Amino acid sequence: MAEIHINGLGFQYPGSRAFAMAVSELHVMAGECVAIVGPSGSGKTTLLSLVAGTLLPDSGEIRVGQTLINQLGETARRRFRIRDIGQVFQAFELLEYLDVTENILLGPIIDSAVNEQLRERAAALLSSVGLEDKAHTKPARLSHGERQRVAVCRAMLNRPGLILADEPTGNLDQANKQNVVDLLIKQARDNGSTLMMVTHDHSLLGSFERVIDFEELTGASA
Amino acid sequence: MRGALFLGWRYLAHHRFKTAVLLSAVTLMIFLPAATRLLVADSALALTARADHTPLLIGAKGSQLELVLNALYFHAERPPEITSQLLEEVRETGLATAIPLNTRFQARGAPIVGTSLDYFSFRGLDLAAGRMMGLLGECVIGANVARSQNVGVGDSLVSSPETVFDLAGVYPLKMNIAGVLEPSGSADDDAVFVDVRTTWVIQGLGHGHQDLEKAGAGNAVLTRNEKAITANASLVQYNEITADNVREFHFHGDTSGFPLSAVIAVPNDAKSSTLLRGRFQNGDIDGQLVLPRTVLGNLLETVFTVQNYVILGLVMLSLATIAVITLVFLLSQQLRHGEFQTLKRMGASRGFVSTLVASELGFVFLGSLLLAAALTWGARNYATEFLLSFMTL
Repeated sequence: MAEIHINGLGFQYPGSRAFAMAVSELHVMAGECVAIVGPSGSGKTTLLSLVAGTLLPDSGEIRVGQTLINQLGETARRRFRIRDIGQVFQAFELLEYLDVTENILLGPIIDSAVNEQLRERAAALLSSVGLEDKAHTKPARLSHGERQRVAVCRAMLNRPGLILADEPTGNLDQANKQNVVDLLIKQARDNGSTLMMVTHDHSLLGSFERVIDFEELTGASA
Repeated sequence: MRGALFLGWRYLAHHRFKTAVLLSAVTLMIFLPAATRLLVADSALALTARADHTPLLIGAKGSQLELVLNALYFHAERPPEITSQLLEEVRETGLATAIPLNTRFQARGAPIVGTSLDYFSFRGLDLAAGRMMGLLGECVIGANVARSQNVGVGDSLVSSPETVFDLAGVYPLKMNIAGVLEPSGSADDDAVFVDVRTTWVIQGLGHGHQDLEKAGAGNAVLTRNEKAITANASLVQYNEITADNVREFHFHGDTSGFPLSAVIAVPNDAKSSTLLRGRFQNGDIDGQLVLPRTVLGNLLETVFTVQNYVILGLVMLSLATIAVITLVFLLSQQLRHGEFQTLKRMGASRGFVSTLVASELGFVFLGSLLLAAALTWGARNYATEFLLSFMTL
């Protein structure tokens, strides 16, 4: 479990004067399932990228558990992304040339750290979402719902303390949206992980323990 | 590193068609110039090796190349004939061992080489089975002839008629196989060797028929007087030379006027070689004497010039191929932008992505290199002989 603490965060994309983001304070408790809502283009994805260490803030600090993300070097931040957090992307971003198991193991593959334990963990995750017979199937042969579950399994592989989900329901119908959210929350709770999910779909918010309005958070609505 | 190699491999394996096209293009790019150079070099070596072991060649005046290719490979167009008198003249000089060659005829597509026993010791040819030809009408066959025609000692081969419409011309002669040669990796493997007099029998210059003076020949006698016996059409002509009828075979006319294709002259020493060449240059002996190595050297100069142009063309083609592959590759990278972004968001470094891309290229080039090497090996084993036969056609 990892709590998130953001303090005095300031960020602007290099060369861009149009976009600037400031978060004075955000605290997400360990094991909490939080939804961040806000209109498209408001910076929700950027906030997740900053928490994941993909982007570095211009000012302030981001702490995940005991780790001060903005003070880590590039290699340490990459390692942090691979080992300590799980990510679910908007279009699931499964690699078409890898089978289901390999997609779940993508993080350790990048880290050259695939081992038998991780393979067993991947198989167990697949089994937990009812995809044990699809272990060697390519994503192109999976239904949309099956891909969602594979993406969630990939995020859960390392039993991460934090799961970051970037609008994973963006292109889905209502039934599938709720399925993904339910699956994410279930897996996060089973694993004791903190879940931070970005969405602009207000119909899903009832499933979360807390909803953060991104515009209020950044003061953009004022 | 290991992860990038794994992903690169899986990417190539997934896009099989694209990978196969890339592999084929790069393989051909490597294989064609390399194989051209190696095959020509191998063929040139084989050509010159046989020429190097044939010090002097004597034939009728005309194309030197035709003479050399015919005498060395038995394949080329038939050169103008010389008479066996030339053979005797060379022998009489005492400067060289003269070996006759008469390569006019064929048996089931294999050249019949009329020669003397000296030829076998000169070329270092050993018997795998049987014995050397002893009787008129016997033959010794090369290893490839024995294999391809499935014949051996005790079997027979029939010479091919030159034309079925020439009633007065060459009649097929059934030749008994006395021996089979060990493989030598040369044109000798594909030849049928007979005594030079046998080729004259095939040509119709010598023949055998029933003895009209013997009892039982009465029906074949048309007229008989003290000077001559004239036979009628019922006279039995032999088309096979056996121990029983070999005595009935005889030549009409002076054998010194009988034809030969060429004479191989093996000089006693360097001085003898020079003296013999002088005899021909002075016109003391009619005909032409050539050094096979020099003649083939001239041919190879032309071949190498053509080869250089071919390789230049292939290099230009390779450059165009590289340009197209680069273009395809760059377009592919653009299409894979999303995939690379995902990898980076998951925790991959730029170096990882670069290694992934490089590994894909590396696998393709390594695979192509191995394929090209295998193809070149195959070509060297199987195509050199073909190229050699093509060059000596």
